[in-house]
Amino acid sequence: MYAFDIERPATIADAIKALGSGETQALGGGQTLIPTLKQRLAAPERLVCLSGIKEMQGICTADDGALCIGGGTTHATVAAGAGAYPALAALAGHIGDPAVRNRGTIGGSLANNDPSACYPAAALGSGAVVITSNREIAADDFFQGMFTTALEDGEIITEVRFPVPEKASYQKFEQPASRFALVGVFVAKYGTGVRVAVTGASEGGVFRWSEAEAALSSNFAPGALKGLALSADGMISDLHGSGAYRAHLAGVMTRRAVAAAG
Amino acid sequence: MPEVKMTVNGKPASGQIEGRTLLVEFLRENLGLTGTHVGCDTSQCGACVVHVDGRAVKACTMFAAEAEGAEVKTIEGMAEADGTLHPIQQAFQDHHGLQCGFCTPGMVMSAAALLAESPTPSEAEVRDYLEGNLCRCTGYHNIVKAILAASGQDVSRIAAE
Repeated sequence: MYAFDIERPATIADAIKALGSGETQALGGGQTLIPTLKQRLAAPERLVCLSGIKEMQGICTADDGALCIGGGTTHATVAAGAGAYPALAALAGHIGDPAVRNRGTIGGSLANNDPSACYPAAALGSGAVVITSNREIAADDFFQGMFTTALEDGEIITEVRFPVPEKASYQKFEQPASRFALVGVFVAKYGTGVRVAVTGASEGGVFRWSEAEAALSSNFAPGALKGLALSADGMISDLHGSGAYRAHLAGVMTRRAVAAAG
Repeated sequence: MPEVKMTVNGKPASGQIEGRTLLVEFLRENLGLTGTHVGCDTSQCGACVVHVDGRAVKACTMFAAEAEGAEVKTIEGMAEADGTLHPIQQAFQDHHGLQCGFCTPGMVMSAAALLAESPTPSEAEVRDYLEGNLCRCTGYHNIVKAILAASGQDVSRIAAE
């Protein structure tokens, strides 16, 4: 690793102040950023560590029933404490391994927007609202391509607000070595319609499959997806699977998610 | 260089560190606690698992500065002062849960975290919990058996394969 200074603020206000000057980088749980620093793929002058900010941790329910999760809340805490949204708790409980889940945070995962990460599928599939240090961003506007989000320099995710659906499920086909999603699909059925978000497949990062959403909104059953298929254009092709394979897999995982949601 | 202070195995510990000093480097190099191993240094193998405020973490994927004020427990804190092994360590010995032993500190710390959460886990739960701990010698069977035995369950009918 290149050398850098590290700061550990105790409040959001102090974190924003620390992030405001020089080549600084926010550090969430570090489960992606620390390996990235070790590979010298990033060279910040200063890291601002968010793990000491108590006001960014924890889970609560808003007046409208939405589940509010602090940006610094670990995957393990969500897995154990998001019982009001079982599909989200299950997703968090299958990220990485137990030790990784004890450090990695929802805010860090969403801010990184890895094209194979699980949380972006949950946020987009639930129509969540990402609350940052200075504004609210709808999930539909937040994800802007592989490793790209609407966040500006010095802006951090303080909370994520998930409307709780009637039914939902996340189905992940794991890449067996990294255990990241080769393809993962999050399906959520709300009174207003069904949302389907696909991760791991596209070169553009997480995306909504609108044809599947329309079909499932009129008939929430795996059979409603008959005849629907995603194009292989723009899908990730690598040694783990071709674009056509990923496009096919997205259909399979969507059907499985609908079946599992019941 | 800034100073970091924490409690390690019940005793106060402090030292001068760089921002980039990893928790595992602080434990091994500043404190001389070399029981915590670095296997891969890429967050995958789990040989460096320690407990921070009671939770299992990979000490190669956390900065020492992030453990400021924390209670850290390493493999050196498991046995009694008189050398009596912790029941999980004893079970690893009794059931041949190690061969070369390199992964064992992380295995024991992960097992301790699992048993604190789930005192009598099923075999499937044990295997699932060890997802982030790699062993290249044993094939895991005797590790799983040792952890089940340490939880007080009867393992006489579990055969090593």
